[in-house]
Amino acid sequence: MNQALFTYLVRLGDNCLILSQRLAEWCGHGPALEEDIALTNVALDLLGHARLWLSYAAEVEGSGRDEDQLAYLRDAGEFQNVLLVEQPNGDFGVTMARQFYFDLWYSLLLRELRTSRDERIAAIAEKAAKEVDYHLQRSTDWVIRLGDGTPESHERMQRALDDLWMYTGELFQMDAPDTELRDRGTGPNLEHLREPWLQHVTKTLSEATLSVPGETWMQRGGKQGVHTENLGYILAEMQFLQRAYPGAQW
Amino acid sequence: MPENEPFEKQPDSLEDRHATDWPLWEIFIRSQNGLAHKHAGSLHAPDAEMALKNARDVYTRRNEGVSIWVVRSSDITASSPGEKEILFEPANNKVYRYPGFYPVPDEVKNL
Amino acid sequence: MTPEEREFQQKIDAGIKVEPKDWMPEAYRKTLIRQISQHAHSEIVGQLPEGNWITRAPTLKRKAILLAKVQDEAGHGLYLYGAAETLGIRRDQMIEDLLAGKAKYSSVFNYPTLTWADMGAIGWLVDGAAIINQIPLCRCSYGPYARGMIRICKEENFHQRQGFDIMFTLTRGTPEQKAMAQDALNRWWWPAVMMHGPSDAESKHSAQSLQWKIKLFSNDELRQKFIDQIAPQAEYLGLTIPDPELKWNPERGHYDFGAIDWDEFHNVIRGNGPCNRDRLRTRKEAHEAGAWVREGAAAYARKRAIREAA
Repeated sequence: MNQALFTYLVRLGDNCLILSQRLAEWCGHGPALEEDIALTNVALDLLGHARLWLSYAAEVEGSGRDEDQLAYLRDAGEFQNVLLVEQPNGDFGVTMARQFYFDLWYSLLLRELRTSRDERIAAIAEKAAKEVDYHLQRSTDWVIRLGDGTPESHERMQRALDDLWMYTGELFQMDAPDTELRDRGTGPNLEHLREPWLQHVTKTLSEATLSVPGETWMQRGGKQGVHTENLGYILAEMQFLQRAYPGAQW
Repeated sequence: MPENEPFEKQPDSLEDRHATDWPLWEIFIRSQNGLAHKHAGSLHAPDAEMALKNARDVYTRRNEGVSIWVVRSSDITASSPGEKEILFEPANNKVYRYPGFYPVPDEVKNL
Repeated sequence: MTPEEREFQQKIDAGIKVEPKDWMPEAYRKTLIRQISQHAHSEIVGQLPEGNWITRAPTLKRKAILLAKVQDEAGHGLYLYGAAETLGIRRDQMIEDLLAGKAKYSSVFNYPTLTWADMGAIGWLVDGAAIINQIPLCRCSYGPYARGMIRICKEENFHQRQGFDIMFTLTRGTPEQKAMAQDALNRWWWPAVMMHGPSDAESKHSAQSLQWKIKLFSNDELRQKFIDQIAPQAEYLGLTIPDPELKWNPERGHYDFGAIDWDEFHNVIRGNGPCNRDRLRTRKEAHEAGAWVREGAAAYARKRAIREAA
């Protein structure tokens, strides 16, 4: 088995799965009916990506597991999503700040992965990129509207962006599997995504009359399976049925 | 607050009363190129851009469209049903606008 | 009847649709607003019992299906509020009425969803009952409502099937899964049967609504149709409908069924169902928590309009 490729795909899948799980918590609780529907669309798109990445990961692994076994039967230490996506929904501002940071990074990453030497990755990225570009438009729109809205929405948006800033460093951090895939032309150098990411953040926040959060100590660990306390609860909820009824078909 | 002046001047008094409510938009969707935009329904949105995006999420979840128009409901001027007769009845009296009005001899083709 | 009312009724009898700006009796308008907004509220509150299980769905495929389905319900609520708005009431007003406990919604959503099998039972029974009610409404006399129902019925097509599919899978699964399916049927059967409303003899609005064609079949007719459809499906699944009197009657060409506990029905409507308070509280919290977001976006739109005008 190609361990580095497997790890790479699981990370992509876990990011999408955990964020989708978080967004799904909004279903029926959105600030307006239209927004409820829109957020659910994003959740559905990301869930679709998660299934594609995890199915491919399972094939690469070649030991007979499938997307569901990867999603439902791994413990927190084996999940390798970035810490950002497992952070709680908070208010709508927190959800949008998280979404904005992630959409922007994911969209830049997918743009690179479209030319991956791994054809399967390139094909998934091609399909996913269109959806994520749309997600990014939406989250950018919201950051601007709430930033330049009322004093309350401005303050909430700024606080959300500040609070989540420490989870953005991990997005650009390279480790052994990333380096191996970069060397093979399968994936990009994540460090190179930082500059365009920061540019778009700066431009958007300036339009939103918000300030770019200041230098801070960046959290890390998610990609290596060391998570915040949030992930355990997410998994307890998500995996409950598969754990309570081992081997059952649903 | 002089800033708010243009908004206060808007004719739609309903919206003044509910300044924080999102206005209603009518959504028109072209289902495929070659067909006209057709009224699909309505939704609420704070501004035109969001109305377009919401329309995409609400009315094209099943691939229903290739193009969307959004129009603020309050910007539509509609004919009144009370005027139906003066508006539309005169057209009924112009039978000569229809081909069936003209007799064509059986022997004549391609007319 | 006034001459206007007579003309209106003739139009309806002739199958001509009523459109928003047409003259209509005040009672027609009011009845429609009540009926359509109740229907819309039911879709919105109806998101909650199922939304409950999205994060716990047992496979990624089931999770995607359930997400899409609950999202459709929000969409259907939106279409229906839109149809009601053409009658001169604002959506915010309707939502305020709902949150203030002044408006009704289908009492079936005041029952809890306790197991995954409830997702099957709701799709199969609750959506099944709803579809039987909704298909005739595609032909109702009010244009915007009829058009909304056509769109809704088209989209709802998969809702009942995915519910049946969940039940089918469970009944072919382990003994625990089969028991889970039977338990869900036991709990959801009577609430679903009551969804068509009180029997014709008791129903307050039936006669006038039938005349106006905003109701096309009586409650009892719709209920019979529902039971006739579901009974053989339950048999196919190998599940027992919790009604010892349920039996095919060859003379009537319909299933006979036992007495409905209308006392429970009225109590749930009055707010004494297991989840009435929770459902409304949840909706209220979402609405209040979203106020600053709606205000923020509205303020931005105003500022921008000013900037563009300048």
